[in-house]
Amino acid sequence: MHRYASPKTFYPLAGRLIPWFGGATALLLAVGLYYALFVAPPDYQQGESVRIMFIHVPAAWMSMFVYVVMAAAGAAGLVWNVKLTEVLARSCAPIGAWFTVLALATGSLWGKPMWGTWWAWDARITSELILLFLYLGVMALQSAIDDPKRAARAAAILALVGVVNIPIIHFSVEWWNTLHQPASVTRIGRPAIHISLLVPLLIMAVAFMFYFVTVALLRMRNEILERERHTAWVTELIQSADAEPASPVAGNRPRGAAG
Amino acid sequence: MSWSDFFAMGGYGFYVWTSYLLAAVVLALNVILPLRGRKTVRARLRAYYRFNRQNR
Repeated sequence: MHRYASPKTFYPLAGRLIPWFGGATALLLAVGLYYALFVAPPDYQQGESVRIMFIHVPAAWMSMFVYVVMAAAGAAGLVWNVKLTEVLARSCAPIGAWFTVLALATGSLWGKPMWGTWWAWDARITSELILLFLYLGVMALQSAIDDPKRAARAAAILALVGVVNIPIIHFSVEWWNTLHQPASVTRIGRPAIHISLLVPLLIMAVAFMFYFVTVALLRMRNEILERERHTAWVTELIQSADAEPASPVAGNRPRGAAG
Repeated sequence: MSWSDFFAMGGYGFYVWTSYLLAAVVLALNVILPLRGRKTVRARLRAYYRFNRQNR
């Protein structure tokens, strides 16, 4: 396992994994969208607007999941000083921030027809907005400090402190009297959602999960190149790609060199 | 069910389709940004190595 934590080993491995995760994402999204838009029946209370749920809920789940991954990767970086976890934490932040934006925006688009308002300062919505600010804070720290090691440490500490917000988001609908409806899938016991709505929701959630892995790997590869530019393998990788157009014989590039 | 019913979404068409459109934009953006990032990182590193070679 430790071998794969070396950026040099991970870089080509990620390159080989991306098409598989990307393909799985495309397939799951196609099936999920078909179920979400054509198969799922309209809700008996919310009518066709319930279809927003198939975007909103997976985005909200991912916004929290990516945050926990980012904080855990940051913590692992603090404890074990592993470069790859710092790379992972840094790659998670913008993706998680985008999922949070999507959750907030689709929540707003769902809230307007259902509750009659685009926005309410209720506990669920406010804590999700705080999550966005936490992501932005982590990203600001990561980019404001030049030394990647120190940047990763500062961002990891902020991310770890912000983890308290995750249970607050999750339990906000139980602890406070919110405009936001209570959890219907992740509650203990039987989910309060009909199977015909649950199936597309879960497919979309898995699709979003595969999507996250795909784009995280893409970002991690860029991050690795940047951070490892002083190493021999990155120098060779970039320069062999650089020399390629001048090469007299086409196709004599060493296999895998362009990664 | 006709296509116009489908697009109307029981009167919620604007909210439903804006949500799906936003999702498409966000998902596409997070693929495009790292792919463009890959190009800029590689270009920057190429220039960086060239500069180092010339000033060695």
